[in-house]
Amino acid sequence: MLKIGVLAMQGDFREHALMLRQVGAEPVEVRTPEDLNQLAGIIMPGGESTAISRVAKATGLFEPLREFCTTYPAWGTCAGAILLAREIEGEAPHLGLMDIRVARNAFGRQIDSFVAPLNIKGLIGAPLEAVFIRAPIIASAGQGVDVLATLEDGRIVAARQGHLLATSFHPELTPDTRLHEYFLDMVRGARLVV
Amino acid sequence: MAENGSNGHVNGNEDKTLLKRGLAQMLKGGVIMDVVTPEQARIAEDAGACAVMALERVPADIRVQGGVARMSDPDMIEKIMAAVSIPVMAKCRIGHFVEAQILEAIGIDYIDESEVLTPADEENHVNKHKFNVPFVCGCRNLGEALRRVAEGAAMLRTKGEAGTGDVVEAVRHARQVMRDIRKLTSMDEDELFTFAKEIQAPYALVKEVATNGHLPVVNFAAGGVATPADAALMMQLGVDGVFVGSGIFKSGDPAKRARAIVQAVTHYNDPKVLAEVSRNLGEAMVGINVTPENTIMAKRGW
Repeated sequence: MLKIGVLAMQGDFREHALMLRQVGAEPVEVRTPEDLNQLAGIIMPGGESTAISRVAKATGLFEPLREFCTTYPAWGTCAGAILLAREIEGEAPHLGLMDIRVARNAFGRQIDSFVAPLNIKGLIGAPLEAVFIRAPIIASAGQGVDVLATLEDGRIVAARQGHLLATSFHPELTPDTRLHEYFLDMVRGARLVV
Repeated sequence: MAENGSNGHVNGNEDKTLLKRGLAQMLKGGVIMDVVTPEQARIAEDAGACAVMALERVPADIRVQGGVARMSDPDMIEKIMAAVSIPVMAKCRIGHFVEAQILEAIGIDYIDESEVLTPADEENHVNKHKFNVPFVCGCRNLGEALRRVAEGAAMLRTKGEAGTGDVVEAVRHARQVMRDIRKLTSMDEDELFTFAKEIQAPYALVKEVATNGHLPVVNFAAGGVATPADAALMMQLGVDGVFVGSGIFKSGDPAKRARAIVQAVTHYNDPKVLAEVSRNLGEAMVGINVTPENTIMAKRGW
């Protein structure tokens, strides 16, 4: 069974772990550098990006995590996407690995959070009910980045660059497992290449 | 149905519940800190807080100074909202739905209908379904927890005994909630009706907890947490995260203590990390023992 890490600093990492189990992977909560051993990929959950990053730095996980994500498939949802971004509007980047520029809290405060149906490139079937909670957007994406989904107004909310995946919404909060299956396919593909 | 301001998306009632409870999911494994100034809010954010609670007086000062404790000045709350990028919460009095309306109007991210303030209604809590902003409420046992959820609370916390620096009440309340849930999950279906009656909670919610084995919403610890060890204790007892009120900014070195408690909540099961972060934190808040002589805030709420 594929072992997939879920960064467990802060946020809704348990929901991701439950989803991974549902799609037939073995989730591993990642709190220390040793936890990264023998993982085939990692998910960075929703939460507060500042909190997640501060905790990872304080325990020496930050650099090993960055190293891991340079070669292994990594998926960031909401706060996780902010961690992956090369640029963050108005603040310094965290991992800085994916060629996207993100804007935090792009829709406003909690009162502006919403659910919207989303067509996502690579997913078959009905639109995915995407949950946006104090969500960021991908303000711009570099040349090598494949845009997977936009809102009606054209704003980018899902993108992929090779082995890196970023979504500004929370697929872990709804029963729809298609994006987790998509990520598992990415992980399997990466293994074939390696 | 309500239209959301900036982006025109319309959320149905089910979606609204998902979004309100969803934000609490994002706070899990984190520490929510009481702050009284924008500067304290920045210290909290920098230490890794997942949210801050904006208020004029921390519970320890409310205890000492006495008088009627009310919602904070919206201007002061807005300054804190402007100072940080993490979610900002604020407190309204139990049953004071107009204070809640005011907090919603200034765009607060979460409202704490709190027993720390002086109650405005001795029978009714705020009907939280009427709001688009989510609410967190205190509880001492499963019945109280589910009554609050029935009223629309999207997040729970133990009441503990705020402003004391004494974790004993938070432990009592967390243990009571967990004990009630364990009892419930082992019951025969026929027994649920009477159990619901006994704990004075709606049957549908009692059944939901019996089926799922956990509360329908996220549950944090609050009230008396003062050290990294206190925070980890509450996490090991099964809560999803921790509120720290007076414990941080009433201590000797707030920034260091804040960072330590944040680490303790992530690494709550790792005594080596807990030992490391507990070193040289300076003086903890002085603390007041919870005794019957003191005003017990936790008894507020119905």
